[in-house]
Formats: sequence, structure tokens, C-alpha cells
Amino acid sequence: MSEALTVKTMEEFMAEGKQPEILFWVGSAGSYDDRAKKISRAFVKILNKANVDFAVLGPEESCTGDVAKRAGNEFLFQMQAMMNIEILNGYEIKRIVTCDPHSFNTLKNEYPGLGGNYEVVHHTQYIKELLDDGRLSLEGQVYKEKRITFHDPCYLGRANSVYEAPREVLRKTNADIVEMKRHKKTALCCGAGGAQMFKEPEKGDMDVNVLRTKDALETKPNIIATGCPYCNTMMTDGIKAHEKEDSVSVLDVAELIANSI
Amino acid sequence: MEYIPNILFTLALIFGIGFFIKNVKKLTRNIKLGKDVDVSDHKPQRWKNMLRIALGQTKMVVRPIAGLLHIIVYAGFLIINIEVLEIILDGILGTHRIFAPLGAVYDFLIGSFEILAVLVIVAVVLFWIRRNTIKLQRFVKPEMEGWPKKDGNMILYIEMVLMCLFLTMNAADFQLQQLDAPHYVKAGAFPVSQYIATLFQDFSISNLILIERSAWWVHILGILAFLNYLYYSKHLHIILAFPNTFYGKLKPQGEFNNLEAVTNEVKLMMDPSADPYAAPADDAPEPEKFGASDVTDLSWVQLMNAYTCTECGRCTSECPANQTGKKLSPRKIMMDTRDRLEEVGKILDANKGEFVSDGKQLLDDYITREELWACTTCNACVQACPVSIDPLSIIVEMRRYLVMEQSAAPTELNNMMSNIENNGAPWPYNQMDRLNWVNE
Repeated sequence: MSEALTVKTMEEFMAEGKQPEILFWVGSAGSYDDRAKKISRAFVKILNKANVDFAVLGPEESCTGDVAKRAGNEFLFQMQAMMNIEILNGYEIKRIVTCDPHSFNTLKNEYPGLGGNYEVVHHTQYIKELLDDGRLSLEGQVYKEKRITFHDPCYLGRANSVYEAPREVLRKTNADIVEMKRHKKTALCCGAGGAQMFKEPEKGDMDVNVLRTKDALETKPNIIATGCPYCNTMMTDGIKAHEKEDSVSVLDVAELIANSI
Repeated sequence: MEYIPNILFTLALIFGIGFFIKNVKKLTRNIKLGKDVDVSDHKPQRWKNMLRIALGQTKMVVRPIAGLLHIIVYAGFLIINIEVLEIILDGILGTHRIFAPLGAVYDFLIGSFEILAVLVIVAVVLFWIRRNTIKLQRFVKPEMEGWPKKDGNMILYIEMVLMCLFLTMNAADFQLQQLDAPHYVKAGAFPVSQYIATLFQDFSISNLILIERSAWWVHILGILAFLNYLYYSKHLHIILAFPNTFYGKLKPQGEFNNLEAVTNEVKLMMDPSADPYAAPADDAPEPEKFGASDVTDLSWVQLMNAYTCTECGRCTSECPANQTGKKLSPRKIMMDTRDRLEEVGKILDANKGEFVSDGKQLLDDYITREELWACTTCNACVQACPVSIDPLSIIVEMRRYLVMEQSAAPTELNNMMSNIENNGAPWPYNQMDRLNWVNE
């Protein structure tokens, strides 16, 4: 176990008769996936450092249903969504932050039609807000002169046109931010979306993540930054396929910031 | 006798336009086979999108070379059509260059049409080279074999011939004007065709008239033929790009619609006061089919998308699955949808408007499951389309049918989904352990 984190559940807030500033939607990956759990921890380190009064749902949180929806199981999606909405509305949640662009997209865009209306922000947007408000400041030395390239997650970028927040945050680390040939609107998918994360790819001549990692490696980076737990897994595997795991690391924006405070 | 050309011309015009209208009716009937969808919202934004994307060609120039060439052909098409108006009036009234009294304005117009015509010829030649000599990857994908390839080239040949006829007609006219031929009013500027006219230097007036008249007639008949070729071709986009961008998706690309029929059922399931064993009321409507297995399960906007597609393949060239050698090609999804819709239309024609099953459907007979499951829902195809076509929405609708009506998802996805059902996560972990990460 590394340093201790302070994490309170909504239930505890309720017991104290208080409302948090924001709810951190951890998501299934952030809760259970070994790599993604580190991202959740890094983000909480940031929240603790900035003294953000945040809550999580803990065992009351359930899968958003996003991946079921992309797979075509609208039924399961709406079941999950309505259960979650019942909990969220019960706690009168107004604002949600999440490290997962897929949760971000569905909570922000698809929950309102089912009765769940919240302001939803991606963690890169929230970190930018904390920096802009002066609640968080960076050392800016750890990544100085390192080359970092940011891989746009589809569900953050194209799906919701969030391109600048992660880049602005990354620039604060004083790293050298280099863009891949295809970035922002034309960024190539990592290959995990649309429920691909949970199945073997169809027959082809290459895996999508290997191709995307090739894009990233062309920028000769020290670090590939991501803002999505699934992209992180795909790019990490891609780096291994290119046998570059010794010289290039894949880190979430939250981890880069957590290491810089 | 002297009115015979006028009568022939008017008949040709009526026949040409009449046949076109007949096909437009068929087209709208086929599109209306799609399910109704409410797209009456955000009118100002929709107008803006149409002006910007269709009229303004903003998404074409994302690829600068193709974009620039396309703008030339597009501007040529729009502007040279002013000349077609004059040709039609001349044809009906038996006049020659009826707009000639416009004087300097007329000279300017004719002059600019000629320059545009040359630019169009250059662009069309370059387009042809891109398709046939350089063989740009997106033009030689498997779905482009056969008719789609021929169709693409045919359009280029027709445009080329029409432009050449226009210039030939002007060249002969110019020469006739020089020779003070009767009926040939001195009007227009001929910055290009005056050089072609040097080929006609020693031609007699009667031969020049023959050339001028032939070019004039073949040109206008060619335009009428081209108008009627549209319905059978990928070239319908010159009309449908406008409504298609108007009715295109306004919501964030990542937002998929929530199926209302599902919402009602889920609400009923979660309602503690509902009787789960209650028999459905006698007048209860047939339960709605979830998702799409055939074109009639899609919305009319999706069907219009299919007719609008001009098979440029920008979607396919941006598709991560296609780039890595998978069978999925978003362009093929659109082409298949149109082909199947045409087939359904033919069945309706043959059976007095009644649909008689031919034992085929869009799923499996056109679009395979392998294609559908290869999609990452990344929206690159939607982003790439210069006319707001949404292939992804069709893929998702067909996945919905496979999963909710057929329970035919790949095994790994079924495992993932039963995990969500059982423990609220795509992996088999206990929901009570959701917070373990804090202390690890």
C-alpha cells in the first residue's frame, strides 16, 4: 500500500448531513482493473491535495451500462442507467467527475433522457479547473523536457469535442507536448471502444492498438499520455507489441499531474 | 415546319423532366419506408449546417486536393447551369442566345462559364487519374468492384463530354458570329472557344451551323439524360446532400439514442406496483421489434443517408477496423443499405405496392455479423463524411437486433453482459469490493 488516501462515500456524507462539492464516478475499470485502479488513486491524490470535498458511491455504484449499450444491449443499459439514476437522484447529485470518457459520455448525454440530469466533467477538465482556480499548483520539474504525446480518447474527443483540457493540463507539467499526425478530430481509435475491450478482434492483418501505438511512437515520445483507462490498456499492450516498454511509458493525465504535485 | 425543333425540344424536355419526377417519387416512397423520427427541432442550427456543410463544402476541404477539385466541379455545375436556363428558353421559344441583350453582363457570364468549363475538364481528368491510374486506396476497396467503379467513371465521362460539347458549341457560334451568319447574334465573350474556333477556320456557314446545332442538341439532351442517370447512380448526392446535412445529427457524436420501447419495458419492470404476471390488454399493440434486421427497421433519415452516399470512401479510409484489414467498411454499410432498399422498392413495384417477402434481409444477406462486430463505435466514419451520413447508427441498430431479438452476441460479450447483470461490472467481481482500490 502506498500513501493513504481520504475517500468518503455518499452514504457517509448523508450521515453527516452534508453535500460534497462533486461526486467522483470511479467506474468499473477504475474500481477493479489493476492498471485503472492506479489512475483512480492518482486522481484522488490530486483531489486530496486540492482539498476537494468529494464523494464516491462505493458499493452503491454500478456499471453505467455504456458498454452494454455499444454492444447493442439497450435493455441492460437502461436497467443499469435507471438503477444508477435512482441512487444519484436520491443523493441529489448535481455534479459528477469521472476518469472514464465512456462513463463521461453516457452520464452526460444518455442519462438525461432517462431522468438523470447532472453536470458531468471529465477528470482532465476538472484538473484544469483546479489549476485555473489556484486550488492546485504543480512543481513542473518532473517531466520538464520530456516528450509527451496525448492520445485523444474517442469518447472524449470526437464524441464530445473535448480536446483542449487534457492538453492544457499537460502543458502545465512543462513537458514538451508533441502531436501525433492524426490527432483531435482525426485521432485513430485505440481499438477498445464499442465493446471491443471485452472480445477478441475480428480477423484482420493487424490489431488497432498496434497501429495507434505506431502513430504515437512516430513522435518519438518518452511518455504516451491518455485520459481513458481502456486506451491506457490498449496503448500499453501496443508498446509491448512494438517492444518499446523499456523506453516509453503510458500514463494517464491524472498520474502525470499526481506525480507533479 | 419551322416550329418542329421547338416542338421536339419541348417534348424532350417534358419527357426528360417527367421521367425524373417519376423516379423522384419512387425515391421518396422508398425513403419513407423508414421509421418516422422527429427531426423538427433546432431549425436555425439545421439551416446553418446545410449552408455550411453542403453549400459551403466545409468538410470537403479537410482533404485539400480532392476538396479543391470538388469545389471546381461543384461551382462549375452550379454556375454553368445558368447557361442551361438560356438553352431551355432558346429551345422552347426558337430564339438564339435570348440573354444576349444583357450586353457586358452576358459577355462576362459566357466568358466565366468557359473558364469554369476548362477548369471542370481539368478537375475531371485529375479525378479520373486518381481513380484509375494512381488507384487511390479508397477507390479500389472490394465494395467498389463492378458497377460502383463503372458508375464513378461514367459520371466523369458524362461531365467531360458535356463540357466539351459546351465549348464546341460556343466555338462554332463564335466562328458564325465572325462570318456575320444570319440569326447568330454577336454576343458573349469566348476566352476559350475562340481558340477551338481556329480549327473551324475554313468551314462553310452551313457546316458550322451543323456543328453548332449538333453540339447544342447533344449538350442539352445529354443534360436531360444525366438528370435521369442520377437515380441509378451514386451521383444523387448533388441533390440529397442538402436535405441530408439539414437532417443530420445535431447531438454530440457520442450520444446514441435511447430506445423508447425499451424504456417503457424497463420502467414497467422496475415499477414495484406493476403485476409481472398480468396478461397484456387485448388492445395492446404488437411488441415493437428491437433494432434492425432489414431496411424498413431503420429510420427514414438513415435510408436517406444511404441514397446520399456518393461512395467517396472517406469513412472507410478513416475506419480503424478497415485500416487493420477487417471486413468492416462503413461505406459498404451505406451501399448495402441502399442496394437492399432498392430491392425492396422493386418488390413493391412488382406487387402493386404490397411487400412480399423475398426471403432476404439486410442482415446476413448484405451486411454480415463479422462486419457489425468489428466496429469500435469510434465515430471516425461519421466525422469523415462530408455530407453528414451516420453509418455508425445503422451498425448499432443492427447490433441491437442481434443482441435483443436474437441473443446472438459473441460469447465473450455475453459473458461481459451477464457479469453486468449479476454484479454490476463487466468483470466478475463482487460489487461490495468496489472501493477496495482505495487501500491497495
